[in-house]
Amino acid sequence: MSLTFEKITLTVEGEHHIYETNITFENATMNVLLGATLSGKTTLMRLMAGLDKPTTGRILWNGEDVTDKRVQDRDIAFVYQQFINYPSLSVYENIASPLRVMKKSNAEIAKAVKDTADLMKLTPFLDRRPLELSGGQQQRCALARALIKGAGLVLMDEPLANLDYKLREELRTEIPKIFEQSGAIFIYATTEPEEALLLGGNTAAMHEGHITQFGKTSSIYHKPNTAVTAAIFSNPPMNFLKLKKNADKITFADGTVIPAIEKLPDGDFLAGFRSNHLELNRLSKDAINFTATLETTEITGSETYLHMQHGDDRWVGLIHGVHDLPLGEDISIYLDPSHIYTFDQGGQLVLPASYTERGH
Amino acid sequence: MAKITLSNLAHSYMDNPTRDEDYALKPVNHIWEDGAAYALLGPSGCGKSTLLNIISGLLKPSSGKVLFDENDVTNDDTAIRNIAQVFQFPVVYDTMSVKENLAFPLKNRGLNKEYIEKRVAEIAVMISLEDILNKKASGLTADVKQKISLGRGLVREDVNAILFDEPLTVIDPVMKWELRSQLKAIHQKLGHTMIYVTHDQTEALTFADKVIVMSDGEVVQIGTPTELFEKPAHTFVGYFIGSPGMNILPVEINGNIAIINDHKITLNNQYGSLTGKIELGIRPEFVTFSNDPNALPVKVNRVEDVGHYKIARANHLDHDINIILNDGDEIMDGVVFDKEKINIYADDWRVTP
Repeated sequence: MSLTFEKITLTVEGEHHIYETNITFENATMNVLLGATLSGKTTLMRLMAGLDKPTTGRILWNGEDVTDKRVQDRDIAFVYQQFINYPSLSVYENIASPLRVMKKSNAEIAKAVKDTADLMKLTPFLDRRPLELSGGQQQRCALARALIKGAGLVLMDEPLANLDYKLREELRTEIPKIFEQSGAIFIYATTEPEEALLLGGNTAAMHEGHITQFGKTSSIYHKPNTAVTAAIFSNPPMNFLKLKKNADKITFADGTVIPAIEKLPDGDFLAGFRSNHLELNRLSKDAINFTATLETTEITGSETYLHMQHGDDRWVGLIHGVHDLPLGEDISIYLDPSHIYTFDQGGQLVLPASYTERGH
Repeated sequence: MAKITLSNLAHSYMDNPTRDEDYALKPVNHIWEDGAAYALLGPSGCGKSTLLNIISGLLKPSSGKVLFDENDVTNDDTAIRNIAQVFQFPVVYDTMSVKENLAFPLKNRGLNKEYIEKRVAEIAVMISLEDILNKKASGLTADVKQKISLGRGLVREDVNAILFDEPLTVIDPVMKWELRSQLKAIHQKLGHTMIYVTHDQTEALTFADKVIVMSDGEVVQIGTPTELFEKPAHTFVGYFIGSPGMNILPVEINGNIAIINDHKITLNNQYGSLTGKIELGIRPEFVTFSNDPNALPVKVNRVEDVGHYKIARANHLDHDINIILNDGDEIMDGVVFDKEKINIYADDWRVTP
């Protein structure tokens, strides 16, 4: 099974919502749509579901054109951010409802509900009504209803966004296991890089109606092909700094000079590096020493976030341990050159950070 | 600005509460120091909104008192208490410009034009709204609207306190970073008493000088982020703070020896004789893989790459153990604990050695 978008676009009242998109999702894969609010994630899912029709292009399901097929006739399940259950029905009947519509026998339904409820850890609550469950259990009930259909395409639009932090943590680790047992194509929209990493599978990074990159989640994280994708896939945000490479030297916008990075041609570039690669101490002999003004620190108990102003750029550093530093003063901050991604002035990746070549 | 005192405060939504479980907020005594930043942290239904509503005057407590400085305000309305509030979803007048929205609370109090102009400009710069002051609020995104709500909460200088109820829920991750650091900088600059309610540990820990952790209507710990991380007073705090939370293992304690199944771990402290349910708590950050013959044997089920670190999901017999791996750490068949960082719990409360 596969789902293919062929030259799909969506224009509403002259405004581009989705620019030309060509992509194929294969059977039994977990696919994360990662991007900010309004980047087009929900729109793309509505096109997949048949809730909206593309302006141009074709949608193929196993090679068959389904572009004009009604949503009822497509083999899909949709889970929304707001958990939707039937409040007057028991959890059992909520989970069973799609099979009742399909006119399955009671025996078939009983078995399917039992299996799905076991998987979703809802077995003890089958007699309750949804509102007698915790938020996490309510969303599990909605997920169970989506899964019991055995749909070939399961769409989940920020399904954990309304849940408490700790429940999200729990369900995030469960969803990949559930997915593995279902064999369906999972499409999962989120704004959070960490969620994409925990779900694994593939990620399509989205920005303003474009898919900027699609591939294995960890490889997109470690080898983003544009500065835009790198920014989408960094939380805290990626730090940037302009540089000029000339012969055997690199000169950063703040005047700092280091020996040239191998393979980088002469010219003007943008260096990008993640917050966790900034250090307060020199950990390697090649580390670059920058000076930045410390504006705020945030201490989580085990780590410290440093919010800094460096020239015109705002930088965030994520440092191990608790560091109480004076605010408003200049501090030395170190960066190993192997953690620098180099982008050209149009934001295209020129060289990935060299540490990613060492088995990441 | 004011010091806020909670004196024997408790609340039940029932008419005749009798048992502990009947209380949405169990008795609490606490002093919120003037000018400090606090976070109220806990899952849905833990009582944090109940507590916030009592402080703001939206709810009258079943028993106890709320004092602003030395004045009993328990029966005063919200308006009299003179506090600013920012809610989960933006409250913005769509027909007004950004500037008019920010000026609204000041205009309402009849302050003079020049002062309003100056104050609004100041706040706008602090939260980076200065470029869109003349725009109508109606066309703006939820992010920006929530920024305006924050600005309105911050604009008055004379408030006793500013209360935030999950103010960053509708904000995208990147903007969250910006707003959080701005809020923190504003607190450092303006010195208002701020109380921030959230279920998100990162927001709570990074915003507050002190975090109040609540569970089931009860305050289980009040402490600095470091205290909550290193010495959780209750197993709930260990679980709730940290991602993943603290590993909790049932043990027997014999003086300075902890016994997990037949495995012995020597502790840094003597615990005497303990009764009740005894558990050992150790954070995933302080567990390391080891080949040492005395290491606790584990089976690793899965390794998750979270970007800047990896989490190994392992178990020792029936007990789950999470281990945070740093760059270059290798997976082995056993783990050891950093003894400095072990906490011992009796019936879920931390035992002081």
